[in-house]
Amino acid sequence: MSAPAKSLRSSLGRARGLGSAHEGVHHWWGQRMSALALIPLSLWLVASLVCYAGADYAAVSEWLSRPLTLGALGLTFLITVYHAVLGLQVVVEDYIHGQPTKLILLILLPMGGVALVVAAIVSLLVIAFAG
Amino acid sequence: MAESLSNGAQPQSKQPHPRPLSPHLQVYKPQLTSITSILHRFSGIALSAGVLYLLCWLLAVAQGAEAFDRLQDFNGSIIGRLLLLGWTVAFFYHLLNGIRHLAWDAGFGFELPTAYKSGYAVLIGTAVLTITAWVVGYFQMGAF
Repeated sequence: MSAPAKSLRSSLGRARGLGSAHEGVHHWWGQRMSALALIPLSLWLVASLVCYAGADYAAVSEWLSRPLTLGALGLTFLITVYHAVLGLQVVVEDYIHGQPTKLILLILLPMGGVALVVAAIVSLLVIAFAG
Repeated sequence: MAESLSNGAQPQSKQPHPRPLSPHLQVYKPQLTSITSILHRFSGIALSAGVLYLLCWLLAVAQGAEAFDRLQDFNGSIIGRLLLLGWTVAFFYHLLNGIRHLAWDAGFGFELPTAYKSGYAVLIGTAVLTITAWVVGYFQMGAF
């Protein structure tokens, strides 16, 4: 991991352009693109939840069973969790300093994210087809 | 440079170069710009928990009317309402401040007076949208 001492390139020279690790832009880009997609999707979700405030089981499960709701809610869950995992990853990298804890959290975050999305999609399918 | 370090009495640290640190919240003078930045993180963390709660709600619907009614009863309790209110505030704040961040990323609004104006706009917008959402929600429930 230590910087090549014999290299004539300066630290700044190595970091310019692609960055010192030669990757990382996809993280920044993914965070922004998911943010952009979530502006309409999250607004739709919160507006819908407000409209169904106090609604009974029949009305809510009927709404969740519609193909459009199923698709849009599945997509919203997927992009939200992706956005959240990227964001929480940065929080862990910034504020958790103990190496084992940091590593374990960085491993668990994406795994938990995938599990959460699968649970949400299975729930939606159960509501739509087994309800 | 590496050789002079290893020859000297100074022990070589684990990291050869000091890495940039995130601001220490305790010693950082509070400003609107820094507070809105920190709140963006806090609201993001809160909303991550909110997604977990939303999943619980979906699981309850998938389980059937009984589980759904139990969760709705909790939502109607004082603690439930406070949680939902907190998540509403966090959502509208993170949405509006996120749009502010996207504008910065695109190169707009970086001048200090503009950054302050957009910061106040985010705070006022959060209050307005949160109140609107709750008034509409209570209206849906037949409170008016």
